[in-house]
Amino acid sequence: MTATQPNIDRRQLSYIAGQAADARVNVELEAEGMTLNIGPQHPATHGTLRIVVRLDGEQVIEADPIMGYMHRGYEKLVEVRTYPQINTLVNRIDWLGSFANEVPFILACEQLMGIEAPPRAQWIRTLFFELSRIANLTLFLGDMGVQLGAVTPVFYAFRDREHILNQIESATGGRFHPNFDRIGGLKDDLPAGWVDETRRALGHIRKFCDVMEDLIVGNEIFEARTRGIGVIPADVALSYGLSGANVRASGVDWDLRRDSSNSGLVYDKLDWKVWTHPDGDSFARYWVRLQEVREACHMVDQLLDSIPAGPIMAKVPRIIKVPAGEAYVATENPLGEMGYYVVSQGGLEPFRVKIRSASFSNMSIAPWVLKGTYVPDVITILASLYFILGDIDR
Amino acid sequence: MIPLPSADTETPEAGSEAAADEGRSALLEALTTELGDALVDSHLLPGKDLWIRVATEAWGSTADYLRNRQRFRFFDFLSAIDWLPSPYGRSLDAAVDNILEGKGLVGDGDDEGDDPTTHAPSGAGAGAYAGGETRFQVFARVYSLTTKLGVTLKTDVGNLGDPLQVGTWTGTYPGVDWHEREAYEMFGITFVGHPGLRKLYLPGDFEGHPMRKDFPLLARLIKPWPGIVDVEPMPGVADEGDAAGGDAGEGAA
Repeated sequence: MTATQPNIDRRQLSYIAGQAADARVNVELEAEGMTLNIGPQHPATHGTLRIVVRLDGEQVIEADPIMGYMHRGYEKLVEVRTYPQINTLVNRIDWLGSFANEVPFILACEQLMGIEAPPRAQWIRTLFFELSRIANLTLFLGDMGVQLGAVTPVFYAFRDREHILNQIESATGGRFHPNFDRIGGLKDDLPAGWVDETRRALGHIRKFCDVMEDLIVGNEIFEARTRGIGVIPADVALSYGLSGANVRASGVDWDLRRDSSNSGLVYDKLDWKVWTHPDGDSFARYWVRLQEVREACHMVDQLLDSIPAGPIMAKVPRIIKVPAGEAYVATENPLGEMGYYVVSQGGLEPFRVKIRSASFSNMSIAPWVLKGTYVPDVITILASLYFILGDIDR
Repeated sequence: MIPLPSADTETPEAGSEAAADEGRSALLEALTTELGDALVDSHLLPGKDLWIRVATEAWGSTADYLRNRQRFRFFDFLSAIDWLPSPYGRSLDAAVDNILEGKGLVGDGDDEGDDPTTHAPSGAGAGAYAGGETRFQVFARVYSLTTKLGVTLKTDVGNLGDPLQVGTWTGTYPGVDWHEREAYEMFGITFVGHPGLRKLYLPGDFEGHPMRKDFPLLARLIKPWPGIVDVEPMPGVADEGDAAGGDAGEGAA
């Protein structure tokens, strides 16, 4: 399998792709052009995103994403809510991996308050973090097939994701919105027999990954539609703020699970690796996510083996007041870097919270990467960038 | 119960964090040399983070310096903050709910007509790292993959009535495009030189800037939140909660 390649290739690739992006639009032949409206209701948009593309024949001259159909104003709403209440709101940002949304916010509050969750809570937190990654990316792996006209994979995805969702539900009570993380620990301990059940669920996911590899990665049509399509060079990706698998698929070896100094998660105690792919195209983004699901299974396995005993809550005042200060904590969510910039003035509710969501930055490259591509590729490129509308609009 | 340490106290921490801190100190030194007077203020939490505040004129050049000379290649986010204390008194700390009592309302909701000067102490409130002198502040964060360090940059853009302008970063970090558009519509801050500064989320004819503190959250004005009743202190716990918040109140750096 492809592994990280030396720097020189990446630089070369970034140069070639840069040239290609400029050359792809043939200005001389530009006719009047046609405007095509994709969305707001379109299966490829995972919600209500509208993309206005100006076409020259089949080729995209300009793409302009229009958001806001689902803007819920969380940054304003959290200013009138207490910290524990906010947890419920931020659950709804990326609804496929809800638990992962809670974690950076809770960590930011914990950093400001100067408290730390007990080891058992940190362990289980990391466990659920990875489970929500599996639940989230599993759907992506199947969904990408749908965008290419292959309907079967998504049914496998829905079927096997259910095993993980059942596990999340049996421990937290919520399939999609666990609302399980608390400042200083977790809401509850794990139910009896949960660990074994989860191991069984992981078996399904592993099999699913193998099936996807057979069905999709080796598939000629899939390769033809994704190889060399939507190439994003590493430097461009970074300056647009792309993160997560999108940037690792461009050969950047960067993962906040490994590279951030956050306390509160136990990734440093696990044996795992960061997967990268040097190509930066749609295929690479799919491939990296496929490996990440496997790696997440591997991590969950280790976590299940070694959950320490002890309390699941630190000593926290009943009424949570966060001392004045500012903190930015980001974690590696299923979609990429998600962080909360919390400004507290010492009250029961934050003064200002800036939500840095992954999809917002990941999608901001769309006008750049779609320029010069062909209409059918628009859908695959968007699908491979993988965004959740709630994560863009917040 | 152990009193909670304020986040402001710069407790030196051991091991790897001390090493990370060396990196931040070195960065701060480099920035001080490079920017000179343009570096207005800074705040360093060892092992945690670095905040700097630069003069408005130096906003663009700082980004340029950080990206091209210090290898801060990753653009994280950009946003703004309105330091006006909420004129609606919608603080759950308040002994009385100002909305229920009909007190503390600045006006009838139209933010542009109200005079904020009577309510806004100039500059940043408690908890502002690297401080601030004006009501509106733009802040952004960039990250270096080589050193694995991030830095939060701030700049003052003025009070209501000022032009509220700052230079754009689009030339340095193209990804700032949407972030600046969001700050433009939500706070009414103009980014000079931005190629297409228009609303991002809101409909084109929307009036006002929703994220400003004096823009009312209508849902709250129409139907008061029962929150104050909900967070009625438990017997015996109230003192602790108050104490924890109380001594952290003067946290401004």
